[in-house]
Amino acid sequence: MKPSAHFTAVVCLFGASYLPVIATAQATSSSEEVDRLEDVVGQYGGRLVVGERAEPKTLNPVTATDSVSREVIGRINADLIEINRASQQTESALAKSWTISKDGRTFVLHLRKGIRFSDGHPFDADDVLFSFAVYLDESVGSPQRDLLIIDSKPPTITKLDQYTVQFVLPRPYAAAERLFDGFAILPKHILEKPFHDGHFDQVWSLNAPPDQIVGLGPFRVKRYIPGQSLVLERNPYYWKIDHDNRRLPYLNELAFLFVGGEDSQLMRFEAGETDVISRLSAENYALLQRDASHLNLELTDLGPSLEYNFLVFNLNDLRGKKLDSIARKQAWFANLNFRRAISAAIDRDSLVRLVYSSRGQALWGNVGPGNRRWVDAAIPHPQHSLDAARQLLKSAGFSWDKAGQLQDASGAPVEFTIISSSSNAQRMKMATLVQDDLSHLGIAVHVVPLEFRAMLDRVFQSFDYDAAIMGLGGGDADPNPEMNVWLSNGSSHLWHLGETQPATDWEHEIDQLMQQQMVTLNYQKRKQLYDHVQEIIAANLPFIFLATPDVLVGAKKDVGNFHPALLDPYTLWDADQLYIRGIEKAAIR
Amino acid sequence: MRRKIQTRLLIVALIGLHLAVLFAGFIAPYNPETQNRELPYAPPVRVHFNYSGKVHFRPFIYAETTGQGTLDEDFSRPYPVHWFVRGDDHQLLGLFNSNLHLFGVDAPAQMFLLGTDSFGRDELSRLLYGGQISLAAGLLAAFVTLLAGAIIGTISGYYGNWIDEALMASAELFLALPWLYFLLVVRALLPLHVSATMSFMLLIAVIAVIGWARPARLIRGVVLSARTRDYVSAARGFGASDFYLLRRHVLPQILGVLLTQAALLVPQYVAAEVTLSFFGLGVSEPTPSWGNMLSVLQQYSVLRSCSWLFAPAVALVITSVIYWLLADTIRYSLKSS
Repeated sequence: MKPSAHFTAVVCLFGASYLPVIATAQATSSSEEVDRLEDVVGQYGGRLVVGERAEPKTLNPVTATDSVSREVIGRINADLIEINRASQQTESALAKSWTISKDGRTFVLHLRKGIRFSDGHPFDADDVLFSFAVYLDESVGSPQRDLLIIDSKPPTITKLDQYTVQFVLPRPYAAAERLFDGFAILPKHILEKPFHDGHFDQVWSLNAPPDQIVGLGPFRVKRYIPGQSLVLERNPYYWKIDHDNRRLPYLNELAFLFVGGEDSQLMRFEAGETDVISRLSAENYALLQRDASHLNLELTDLGPSLEYNFLVFNLNDLRGKKLDSIARKQAWFANLNFRRAISAAIDRDSLVRLVYSSRGQALWGNVGPGNRRWVDAAIPHPQHSLDAARQLLKSAGFSWDKAGQLQDASGAPVEFTIISSSSNAQRMKMATLVQDDLSHLGIAVHVVPLEFRAMLDRVFQSFDYDAAIMGLGGGDADPNPEMNVWLSNGSSHLWHLGETQPATDWEHEIDQLMQQQMVTLNYQKRKQLYDHVQEIIAANLPFIFLATPDVLVGAKKDVGNFHPALLDPYTLWDADQLYIRGIEKAAIR
Repeated sequence: MRRKIQTRLLIVALIGLHLAVLFAGFIAPYNPETQNRELPYAPPVRVHFNYSGKVHFRPFIYAETTGQGTLDEDFSRPYPVHWFVRGDDHQLLGLFNSNLHLFGVDAPAQMFLLGTDSFGRDELSRLLYGGQISLAAGLLAAFVTLLAGAIIGTISGYYGNWIDEALMASAELFLALPWLYFLLVVRALLPLHVSATMSFMLLIAVIAVIGWARPARLIRGVVLSARTRDYVSAARGFGASDFYLLRRHVLPQILGVLLTQAALLVPQYVAAEVTLSFFGLGVSEPTPSWGNMLSVLQQYSVLRSCSWLFAPAVALVITSVIYWLLADTIRYSLKSS
């Protein structure tokens, strides 16, 4: 070979090795039962960069609990039935169709035929059975196991044929099909061995070789650089196609950058280093809005979220604990008129204005206006009134001394402490506003910021606190995930944990109603039951509800098919449909 | 000559600063805890002198209508600034009640010379009242530290031997203590709510407990060298008691060191209080202190848009510069004497 040709050949080979290898979508075959998304069009190519405030801890779908891990896991795995975040309704996913028996206990799911995992291995009912065996296995100890245990019994899962699986629940469970969202289907051919060997909880850590992390999601793991980024690439075997029968996803890569915090997340987005940002605070949203046009950003206010923030008083049983000063104050906290007075004295409108820059809604119940399907619009919304508060306090036996300080019937001055997480600026602000509001009633309130875990310890374990401002909710619109808050023996029954029997009549009533709605299959009847629950909660104020923020997200204008939703993950739930506008098919970004 | 003028100016500035803070109730136009929920993050009000072409001696303002970082003035009505107005009640020097303020405008307008914070509270008022906490903490902590350091250093330097070694070893231990973590530990051991006075005392105690070591070592050095002077030995030979020797011959030597240290430590301890309150370990809401006023700047959006909230940082810088220049002057005058 001539020297120059040799040289050219070497250069070409050398250069080619630097070209990033893109996983191109496999052509679909007729035997593959793909899911065709009629309305979706887009362009292939490009890379979407997302900034994450923290690093994911694991890629194991069975053991992951933190939100960042779950956000990544959701992109590389798929479920049998998915909840469409925009419509909040269920959709077929790996199960192309299903039937429910009349008594609501038996589900027969028909799986898509001819689908393959991200490594090309075929998928069938064996994988489904294996996955649920892992989720239900007690030694693996998945936190999701509890979701499948109804009436202390697991469901019975049987394989009817290679592509049909039957689930029999111990008793009818309303919206049971929503349960399937979040249970990623695992590859039996990869994970069977570690499961039988007993070290399943160690599989798919972040350092696992990417070719071992196999799933049915739109993306698969390409590369993990600790402390820096996790890059996903297109799953060439993904089973959804668009309007033009082209296999999704459009994006070549989806990269998660670990940016370290909320402020750096914002700065990177402003600088154009990331393409999408989710859960902006109102102030940061306002900051971006000023520059949005020349930065070519699309900012969306999705309306009130499903989260609810509240003030909770410690009504736990403190016998045996050396917390006498708090026990004395519980005489005030337990008085319904006291709580109603506190609620009347809080100026929720100012709260929304100052804490959320008016991008939020005041709340008087646990279901806010963002949950259109389940909100009870009939619960009363008493307006801010210091006079009403004073009347209520008088009727509860309180009075004021000469200096204007509130005192109880025995003459003790009314003062208490509100704790909140120091890392949550919004809740700290709420605490200061409540403190100022209650000072008008002559109540001395002290605000104590605590580190998040220290606060959780006091609220859940030691009960060493007077009152706390916290937030819950936001998981799903359906009432069932709220069970552990409202059931008297629930693990998040914050105001009075560890009840073996309901402590009050109204808690007993809520128990019955929640158990009933859980097994009621008809939506209208369920709504009536849950409305009644909301009314009881609003009347008895175990939580004094404050406000909910709007869901604020942003993306670069060139991100196509961007349809953010009120349910987590707000911006990436349809990552398989996102594309970068203006990308030429052949170019590499 | 120039130095004399400089010293005079510095002392005037120092006294002015402390008087302003001491008389915060009079100088500040509003109560530091009153929230104006309609006007959060209002920028500083613009003071006008020109009204329809004419220049007025009495300045005036227009009412601010919205907050949230933008200056929106309601031009419908000018509000002239009046001197010595009646306003919110306050306690002067903690002794007697008064409602006289240095300046103010008629209601419903409010004069926010340094803007408002996230709850619509007047930043200038909070700066002055907050200065009371921060400067008092600095001064008290410096006093306690120097007292402790002087006593321990004198004993250590004068008596020597094992007393000296023991005291200096413990000084080294205290020098090595990380004071922030020490405060975190102490705070965690206390009950959930400590009163403002308690937390203030705690702040001073911790700063002082950590800080006595350095001045102690310095003073020990001075005492050590003074003790070995000839005139001290001579006086001892004449039968002078330890106490007389200390009072007459040794202590005057350390006075200069003490003064310089005081001028250096006060700003350092004011900054220490600011740091602790910044992290929520000092005085808590709604009581202002320069530290907790600055903690809102941890939010990026506020840092970017609300520059007037840096006022406590500027105040801290000015305080520190005055004290350091004073320390320089004292050192210079000591050297030349």
